[in-house]
Parts: sequence; C-alpha cells; structure tokens
Amino acid sequence: MDQAYDVVVIGGGHAGCEAAAAAARSGARVALVTMQADRIGAMSCNPAIGGIGKGHIVREVDAWDGIMGRAADAAAIHYRMLNRSKGVAVQGPRVQADRVRYAAVVRAALAAYPTLSIVEAEVDDLTRTADRITGVRTSAGLLHAGAVVIAAGTFLGGILHSGLTATTGGRVGERAATRLGRHLRDLGLPVARLKTGTPPRLDGRTIDWARLDRQASDTEVWTMSPDSSTPRLPQIHCAVTRTNLATHDVIRGALDVSPLFSGRITGSGPRYCPSIEDKVFRFGDRDGHQIFLEPEGLDTRAVYPNGISTSLPPAIQQDFLRTIAGLEQVAILEAGYAVEYDYVDPRALDTRLAVTGLTGLFLAGQINGTTGYEEAAGQGLVAGLNAAAHARGRDAVSFDRADSYIGVMVDDLTLQGVTEPYRMLTARADNRLHLRADNAEARLGEQAVAAGAVRAPKRQALDRRRAAHRATRAAIDTAMLHPPTAATLRQSFSEGHARDTVNSLVPATQAQDATIVTEVIADLLYAPYVERQRADAKRLLGGANLPLDTVDYATIGGLSAEMVERLRMAAPADLQAAARIRGITPAALTAILVQARRAPTTPRRAA
Amino acid sequence: MPDTIFALSSGAPPAGIAVVRISGPSAATVVRAVAGGPAVPRRATLRTFRDAQGATIDRGLLLWFPGPSTATGEDLAELHLHGGRAVVARMLVVLSGFPDCRIAAPGEFTRRAFANGRLDLLEAEALGDLLSAETEQQRRTALAMADGTLGRQVDDWRRAILRLAAQVEASLDFGDEDDVASDTATIAQQAAALADAIATALAAPAVERVRDGIAVVLAGPPNAGKSSLLNRITGRDAAIVSPAAGTTRDVVEVPVAIDGTAFLFSDTAGLRDGGDMVERIGIDRARGRIADADLLLWLGDDPPPPHPRTLWLFPRADIRTDPVPDGRLAVSSATGRGLPALIAWLHEEAAGLLPAPAGHAISRRQRAELTEAQGAMRDAANLHDAVLQAEALRRARLALDRLTGRSGFEELLDSLFGQFCLGK
Repeated sequence: MDQAYDVVVIGGGHAGCEAAAAAARSGARVALVTMQADRIGAMSCNPAIGGIGKGHIVREVDAWDGIMGRAADAAAIHYRMLNRSKGVAVQGPRVQADRVRYAAVVRAALAAYPTLSIVEAEVDDLTRTADRITGVRTSAGLLHAGAVVIAAGTFLGGILHSGLTATTGGRVGERAATRLGRHLRDLGLPVARLKTGTPPRLDGRTIDWARLDRQASDTEVWTMSPDSSTPRLPQIHCAVTRTNLATHDVIRGALDVSPLFSGRITGSGPRYCPSIEDKVFRFGDRDGHQIFLEPEGLDTRAVYPNGISTSLPPAIQQDFLRTIAGLEQVAILEAGYAVEYDYVDPRALDTRLAVTGLTGLFLAGQINGTTGYEEAAGQGLVAGLNAAAHARGRDAVSFDRADSYIGVMVDDLTLQGVTEPYRMLTARADNRLHLRADNAEARLGEQAVAAGAVRAPKRQALDRRRAAHRATRAAIDTAMLHPPTAATLRQSFSEGHARDTVNSLVPATQAQDATIVTEVIADLLYAPYVERQRADAKRLLGGANLPLDTVDYATIGGLSAEMVERLRMAAPADLQAAARIRGITPAALTAILVQARRAPTTPRRAA
Repeated sequence: MPDTIFALSSGAPPAGIAVVRISGPSAATVVRAVAGGPAVPRRATLRTFRDAQGATIDRGLLLWFPGPSTATGEDLAELHLHGGRAVVARMLVVLSGFPDCRIAAPGEFTRRAFANGRLDLLEAEALGDLLSAETEQQRRTALAMADGTLGRQVDDWRRAILRLAAQVEASLDFGDEDDVASDTATIAQQAAALADAIATALAAPAVERVRDGIAVVLAGPPNAGKSSLLNRITGRDAAIVSPAAGTTRDVVEVPVAIDGTAFLFSDTAGLRDGGDMVERIGIDRARGRIADADLLLWLGDDPPPPHPRTLWLFPRADIRTDPVPDGRLAVSSATGRGLPALIAWLHEEAAGLLPAPAGHAISRRQRAELTEAQGAMRDAANLHDAVLQAEALRRARLALDRLTGRSGFEELLDSLFGQFCLGK
C-alpha cells in the first residue's frame, strides 16, 4: 500500500518524536516509522532528562511547544536543580523519570496530533531522483514524502559489545537498521563510527540502601515545563556511593577482556561520559569515582548506577560492583554494554540539518554524532520544523547561536563536525549569561509563534507569561526610579534574598508568578554583562558577514590542503563562520576575504 | 546601526594642516553641530569649528561627501584644521562627545570601505599583500616580546588564567556530576595575585615617552616669563613673547632633543583669575596639561600646584633683586643663568621615566589591554558568582590574546585591518 505524506520521520526516539511532532505542529502530514511502536519514547540509557546545558535545551524545545519538557514532568520521580549554588545562568534543571510512564506520556503526546500516524515497519531504503529524496521504501510499503528525517539513534549499523562478544543490534534485544545503514553509505554520505555505552541495571532489592548517603528530590517545587501543572508523582530518593581501589583492581585485571582496550571497538566514545574502565585507566591516581544510584521508576526494582557505564564481561561487572559500598550483595538485572554505530559527519548538513546536495533529507540525533536525549530532542525540533517547511514550501526556521543552545549546537555540529559524541556544555555558549534555562520562552517564544509551530494553548500561555514578564519588569523599573530603592534592589539581585526584597519593595510583584519574578531579577542582574557582550560583538562584525557561498577554496593560493578540506566540509555561510572553524588562521582568512570580494556577485538567498 | 568613527588622518601634529575624518551615520549631525550649518557636498568651504558650548576650536576647511559614493561607503566629512597638537586634540575630544561617535580603531576606515564594497579589485589585491605585512608586524611584535620580559610574563599569565578558567568551567559544567572540587577562595586568591602581577607590568614606562618625548610643562602666573624660557631652552622662537600678561592663550608645544633624550615642552597660558573667555579656556587647558605632565617647571612665586616631579624656578633672576629662596632654582632667559642646572635636572628626572637600557616600555595599546586584563582579573577575584567569574576570566584572556597578537576569531578582522595606519 502506497501512502503520501509531507514528512516521514524514521525513528521513534527523542529526536524522532520531536521531529514528527514539530512537523505536525507546522501543519504537515507526518508518518513516524519505527521498527517497534511499543518502544517509542524509550530512554535507552539513564532514566533522567535535563542537566547543565541539557536542561537548557529541554526548556528551549518546550518554548517551541515540544514534547520533552512536559513528558519529563509527567513522569518525574525526582527533581534536582543542578548548580543551584551557582549563578542562575548555569543552573540546570534535571529530573529523573519513571521510564515506563515517560514513554507512555510521549506516545500519548504523539497520538494527540491528528495529522501524525505511526507506521510500524523497517525502512529498506530511500526513494529518490538524482538529487532529491521522494520517500522511503519500507517493509509495510512505499511512503511518498516531500521530506524525510532520519533519527535512527544507535541503530544504523549498530553492534553491541559485551566483553569480547559482539552482536548486531541497536539496543539490547532490538535489531539494528542494517539495510538503512548500508543505504546511507551507498548514497555517498560521509559515514564513520562512534561508540557509547550504558551501565548494568541493578536489582534495587539487593542494594543496602541504609548504609548509603541519600539524596532527596528538591523540596522547592519547580517544573521542567512552565505548562506542567499536574500534581507530582511520589518522589523517590537516590543514593550516592563510590568505587574504591578494590573496584579499580578488578577492572584493571580485566582490561584484556574489555572490547575498548582489546581494540575491538574502533569508534570514539564520549570524553564527557567515559566508561568506568576508561576512568580507571585514564585517571589512575584517583582512589574512587562517584556513583549515583537512581531508581528507574515507581513500579520497578531496576536501579540505574550513574557513572559506571561499562562493556566488560557480565561476570566481571558483578565482581567489581560487589566491591562497592552498599552493593556487596548486588544482583544485576541486565548487564552493561557498549554500542558502536554509524554516524554521518554533520558538516555534510546545513543549519536546517538538511543534507547538502540531496534535497529533502534531514538528519537528527545520534546520527549526527551527538549524545544525550536533550541534544537529540533539540535536533529533532530543528529537523522536523525544517522538513515540514521544505515539504510545504515555507520559510526555513533558523536557530541563532546568540539566542539558543540549540543554535550553538547546530552551529558547532555543522561547522566543526565531531571527533567524539557531542554533548552540550554551557562553556560552548559564547553568550552564556543570556542563554539561561529560565528565560527560554523570552528568548524563543516569539519566533516559535511567528513560525506557526505552536498550538493554541501554548500560544496563550506564552502570551500570558510575556505580559506578566512585562508587567513585573515595568513595576521594578518604576520602583528603581527612586535611587535608594534602586540601590537596595540592585544589591539584592546578586544575593539569595532578591525575591523577598523585590516583593517587599515592589508590592505589585507579589501577585505575579514567582518564576517570572525570579526570571526578571536574573535579567536585571545580568543585563550589564549581556549588554557588554553585545557591544563587543557589534564592534567586531563589520565585513564579517561577507557571503562565502560562491567561493571555491581550492583556487585560493596559500591555503593548505587540510584547510581547503575543512572549509569545503563546513561550507561556512560567511567569513565570521569561517573564522570559527578550527585551524583556519588569520592569514588564511585574509586570502579568503580577498577571494570573496573578487567572486562575482550573485543574488543573495533570502535569509 | 554602526557607530560613527573619526580620527586624525594626516601625520602626527605639529604640522601645517591636520585632516580629521568623520565617517558614519551621524556624520551629518556632527558636521552641522561642529561646523555650524549644513555642508555643501563635494566643495571646500571655510568654516569656524566650535565645541558644544560654542567656543571656537579653529577655523578651517570643511569637505562633505554624502554616502554611499564615498571612500568608506558612508557619509564622510573631512575637517582641515591648523595642525597644532592642541587644536587637533581638542577637536577629537569634542567629536567624542557626540552620541555613538568614537575614535576609529586602527584601519577601521579601510575596513568599512571594504565592508561596504568600496574597494575595487586592485585595492583588494593590494590587500592581499597585507599577508606579508601582517607577518612582518607579527615578527616585529614577536621579536620585541621575545627580547623583553613582557612577552614571557604575558604567556605565563595567560597560562595561569587558562588554568583558572578551566577550573571554573569544570565546576560550572560538571560540578554536580562527579567530584569536581572548585575552591572559590583559592581561585579568587590566584586571580588577585595575577591582577597584582599585571599591575607591576603596568608600572613600566610608556613607550610614547621614548617616541614623542618626555612631557615637560612650563606653568606659572601670567607674565612670569614662561615663553621666554621656552624659547631659550629650545633655542628657537616657538612661543610669542610680549610684555603683556596673557599673551600665550593656548598651549604651545615644542619637541626638542637634548643630548639624545626627546622632550616635549609645553608652554601654557598663565594661570590667573579673570581674563577673557579665550584666555580662560587656555587656563583650563594649562591646568589639564599640568595634571598630565611628566615634569613640571613652575615659574610662580606662589607654591606650585601639586605634582610629583616639580622644579620650582626663580625666573628673571637677572632683573630681580630679591634673594633666591631655598628650594628654588634661579634662571634667566636673558643671561642663561641656571640653565645648565635646569637641563641637568631634566635629565636626572628623565632617567627615572625612561626604560633602563634593555628594559621594556609599553605602548598605549599595550597599556590599554593590560589595564583591561588587570581589571578583569580584579573582577574575577571579587565576584562570587562563578558564572561572572568565568566571564571575567574570559575577558582577561581575550585582552592578553589581543596583546600578544594571538588571534582567535574576534581578533581576526581587527588584526587584518590593524595593519593600516590609524585613520587611513
């Protein structure tokens, strides 16, 4: 049976779900193709959403009416605001979610889109003309599409490693998308390998919780999405333990049966989330590494030990676990493993996450070399919005690195490529003081509404909160016209009691939502710094936005072959972007600048 | 909207004529205010240039080129002034008082011309030649840095700042994840120590003193004989001398090399209350000069204004009959009495102001970057918010990067166009 859609999304993980939903919100008819519909919205690794930099992305996706923030709240069994003691700009909201409930909420969210259908099938290949994708051929028939988003996670050419045993698969118990992986190589996309891993899941009944430090959920009530109002599920405690020298001895003694150290895994793993054998090997002087024991849900005994992802043989995993305080009797429910998978060098994409030179094909998530649910969701949003725009002949949606972490990520990926799984860090944001988790709606709300990708309830909520924000700001501004009040308020902004001070000195704010007041206080606190950064940026820009789309780097004398290759891969839009590419020297830029000036003027594409 | 920029586009004063260029969206407004009324496009007209209070700065020619068919592609004005240092300096001060108006960065006029597509193929090729000029500049900078201790110091500071920054960044991105300890107090302490270290480098003598001369100001009440003394020391009639009090109404500058050391003498209006408006402006400037002077020669009988390096003279010693008080040096412009002692004093003081042989001096640009870095490190030491601390460390690092010519992206275009002289 042949079917016609505007957008076909391949994959039902965090990238695929957001892509399908965003495309549907934009008015597209969407098919989400997945090998196993009951695995849609699965959390393959840790049962948590958010974190530093990551929580920022969740809030940004939420500002665009995305799924992840509200789903996280609906399934949250533990809230923790990371970096609470540090500046508000780097505070990272993180929740632990009940795995089963989370997936159920995501499936329900997708079901609420009338133009979105789920197709349970395996994709064989893409159908296309010479330079344009026209649809996908699946085990359930041909699906015609104006645009296709591939969000296949670790399933492309996936190989699971456990000790020296390797099996093909995308996740434990799920087969890999081998044909599609091969097809992408046939299309000539620059495919390479990456690796990631996951820890063993533990039986919570065999953990001696009593002797471990416990970490409670935040008592202050906050939510991932400002739209979440459902009462919280019962909240659970986590516990903290650590590896010790005995643990490290067991691991060191088993490196010869590690697929990482025996050379079986060739893909690079994430530097920011290394396996425990990596940690022991690389930081040999450390006498221990922290482990958070995170229950995976309210109705399961499974516990996720955060910090010890491993691909050592299951028997060794049990041995080293049992050297750890509180885990002396622990039983493993499912052993940890590593997975190696194909990814496409994201420099082959433009900032819509569309493959250059193959119209209509978009990629999102781990296929672009990233790690993390949130990074995947952010890309799903970008690819979904733009796939819909492409299929329906609308304007592309762009994310600026000055306005969002999503913009930072897309710019980094498409310009720099990756050498290891890319994880968001606040240090990546040049504009960190402006890109806060608490002002995501203020940063992106208007753009989201203007793009027509926000449904009515969210639109009204955005309007309401924007009005509240304005009223709060106006009330504080007015109060600050009185110099002594201004001095007291200003002093309080950087201190813990700012909200109390504002409430007492600006009574009008008492009626406002506390999160809005806190956001306005942060705006005021950081305003001078943000202004300064803007002024600095403005001074540097002249001439930097010279378009480079007609420049042939090979014809420029003085560029090394390596630089020509990097510039070709990255295809920077302008000189400013070229300057951000690693290894491009000032002298090289001079030469490019001169060449760009010489290049015949072509009509500029509409921005 | 870009800022409006201005700069002295001709050679360093004193010179016969000085050309100040103004380019940008506010150029028309600025010209109307400074030159009194709208300008005639592409025709030289004689104007009186005035400051915001209406005081005359100079009379000279105004040339007005409405954009975009101009050298920079923007509205562009040229003010042709008399080439005295004081006139030019005053004009630059007045221009910087306009909103969104600032002095141009090196090469910025060229950069705007380029940005606005006003450079043609030939010029673009000439720009390509800059590649070598840039290297030459880097070579010279590198050489100077390698010679002195400053370059090594800056590299050390930069590494130390990077280390601190890495600690702060790790605590921000990984603080809650593993046991990344961040000791805010230690970081603050190290930041403060670095700020102190940079402060000692800022105490180095200014390279402008080597290049432009040590600023010596002659000051005192009207008719004390300042101009005569200046003419005697410099051996030429630079200043107008007359027996009438208040003859010198503006600052007269004379560069002189004495025994291989460059001095820049400034003769100032006599300090007194009253006088006409022009004289009062001259007196204000004289006070400003005294504050900025490296050395002060005070010719008054009243005690000199506070200044760390003052020689209190007893002028006109040839015609005065009262005894020379203690602590004052008797001099006479007519007979030359006391001049050898005066010159000896100048040299002695100069030695303390100039770099020791093989020592280094820092330029105004270097001073500005070091000051920025020092201020940023001070902030890093005093801020309790780790995010702001990280921001301060980033600022400090960028300042040092600009200082040593390590160009990351931000410095790219500046370093590229910075090869041109200011105001070209």
